[in-house]
Amino acid sequence: MSVKIIAEDCVACGVCIDACPFPGAIEVNDVAVLTDKCNGCGACADSCPTEAIVVEKKEDKNAVNAADYQGVWVFIEQRDGLIANVALELLSEGRKLADKLGTHLAGVLLGDGVTELSKHCFAYGADKVYLVEGAVFKYYRTDSYTEAICNLIRQYKPEILLFGATNNGRDFAARIAVRVDTGLTADCTELAIDQESKLLLQTRPAFGGNVMATILCPNRRPQMATVRPKVMKKLEPDYSRSGQLIRYDSPVREEDVSTKILEVVEHATKTLNLAEAEIIVSGGRGIGAPENYYLIEQLAEVLGGAAGASRAAVDAGWVPHYRQVGQTGKTVAPKLYIACGISGAIQHLAGMQTSDVIVAINKDPEAPIFKVATYGIVGDLQKVLPLLTKKFKELKEA
Amino acid sequence: MEIIVCIKQVPDTTEVKIDPVKGTLIREGVPSIVNPFDKNALEAALQIREQKGGKVTVLTMGPPQAVDALRECLAMGADEAVLLSDRAFAGADSWATSYTLAKAIEKVGKPELIFCGKQAIDGDTAQVGPGIAEHLGLPQATYVQKIREVQSEQLLVERAIEGGYEVITVPLPAMIAVEKSINEPRFPTMMGTMKAHKKTIPTWSAADIGAEADKIGLDGSCTQVKRVFAPERKGQGEMLTGETENEVCLLLLEKLQGAKIV
Repeated sequence: MSVKIIAEDCVACGVCIDACPFPGAIEVNDVAVLTDKCNGCGACADSCPTEAIVVEKKEDKNAVNAADYQGVWVFIEQRDGLIANVALELLSEGRKLADKLGTHLAGVLLGDGVTELSKHCFAYGADKVYLVEGAVFKYYRTDSYTEAICNLIRQYKPEILLFGATNNGRDFAARIAVRVDTGLTADCTELAIDQESKLLLQTRPAFGGNVMATILCPNRRPQMATVRPKVMKKLEPDYSRSGQLIRYDSPVREEDVSTKILEVVEHATKTLNLAEAEIIVSGGRGIGAPENYYLIEQLAEVLGGAAGASRAAVDAGWVPHYRQVGQTGKTVAPKLYIACGISGAIQHLAGMQTSDVIVAINKDPEAPIFKVATYGIVGDLQKVLPLLTKKFKELKEA
Repeated sequence: MEIIVCIKQVPDTTEVKIDPVKGTLIREGVPSIVNPFDKNALEAALQIREQKGGKVTVLTMGPPQAVDALRECLAMGADEAVLLSDRAFAGADSWATSYTLAKAIEKVGKPELIFCGKQAIDGDTAQVGPGIAEHLGLPQATYVQKIREVQSEQLLVERAIEGGYEVITVPLPAMIAVEKSINEPRFPTMMGTMKAHKKTIPTWSAADIGAEADKIGLDGSCTQVKRVFAPERKGQGEMLTGETENEVCLLLLEKLQGAKIV
């Protein structure tokens, strides 16, 4: 264990307990003591006003020479020739990081017949696009995508590599990190460059959004992170921009790929999927009965948004699981989130509290959801929702 | 069929309360539970064992008290349990954790299936399952929402993607990470609980699994925590009131238009 408390310097103020992300890891009586729940992360050390906590880390024998690694890369996730929004958001964010570092920004694009998509990468700020094409890359599959990107990393040595925290992004980013021996931070909500060290500051929520942690990858490269959709702002595209297209002929063949895709099934819904939606209307136990969920869907539809649900509504069997927002469902951060008949359990708040504007409609004025709401309405959903739907419809048609 | 299920003991975040005055977490008295997704992983494993026969071993890395989580899994019906506990494991990030679990899996034997939950509710990384698969050089399927068929040399599964799902085949042995919607985990039985209490659960150290010292715990971690802080809470919002529902709705519309949301 490399975190130590120097007992004679400790004044038992307890500040370290607030800084510690692990419940019960520090106990303070006469002096602070680390229990066996301590994870050795050292987060407490900075908080200590008397410098009584020291972190000792052994030298990393596998450290690389950071100067050999240049450029910010973004994985350009695409399906059926459509680039996922999160990839464009990451190019926009990557542009800022690359400018701060004085380096280039590159998109990494894999697929079959997707050369055309590189123009979008340039428009959103990329200086280069690494293009890997072939029938074996038509659909995302763990083996082929992991191998191709690892080969690119070994050859071109990027400093930073970003992925959207989608199911596919999270599926292979962890394998890439293990294969090239580097760190990976999941689900970041904020990225920045440390002025002094030039390291990527990767900030992410933990414990269901109850604490935030800033993570570094000091000795290995690339510094890898997955980033939640809808968190970074997309820049206005500039289609007069162009850049360098670098084709990479991957040695991956079909027989190297273990999994086979037999079928891709899209959910038939009247409304958008949650991750992509700018506006989400969600229903909870307060909708009262499954047949009332159409009130949620109608409002979502007229707003051009997606319909979601709380765990209570899903567990009651009223709404399918893929609509669930919250810790055991989807994490979302739309521009507008309308919570209808949702009390606001921590596990739900964890999935939506970073939304720009939150509207809560609930008949219980004491419901915790009002604590995170930008606007609150105490009222009966059966009356309020149809009225709102009507008003928005009129607005749209006006 | 030999099956290993990797689980994690986590604080029950649904029980975490926020101090209304300080805005910080109240951590005292938060109970520990088996990570909910891991229970789905165990349930999936138990169902396959019931169909095909074999043995289900649960594995966890954690402090000594994580043994309680393993006992719960035994009570649900797992055959064996192993605890990986060693001060040297502490501070592991997902790289080091998946390496440690992979080394332990090699010691348990040659499983045909490794099940994980899609992610743990405390870290939410979803990185350990794929990390294990990579360390062991095995194929994987993540976000599995349904196992359609267990064939002799492969699995036919539904894998959730944004807006739908894929139907894929995965050759065995493989690592499968499951969604919550895959099943409804069973409750421990009286009988199971009694058996679980009598069962000896071995504790393995870093030396027991032959783990290299510079690949485990804090020293084996590529990432470092620089800072932990409380998120900014949104200020108290505004309650919209009026004589009638109509008035309130108009007020909301006005606010949202003012903020250029609609």
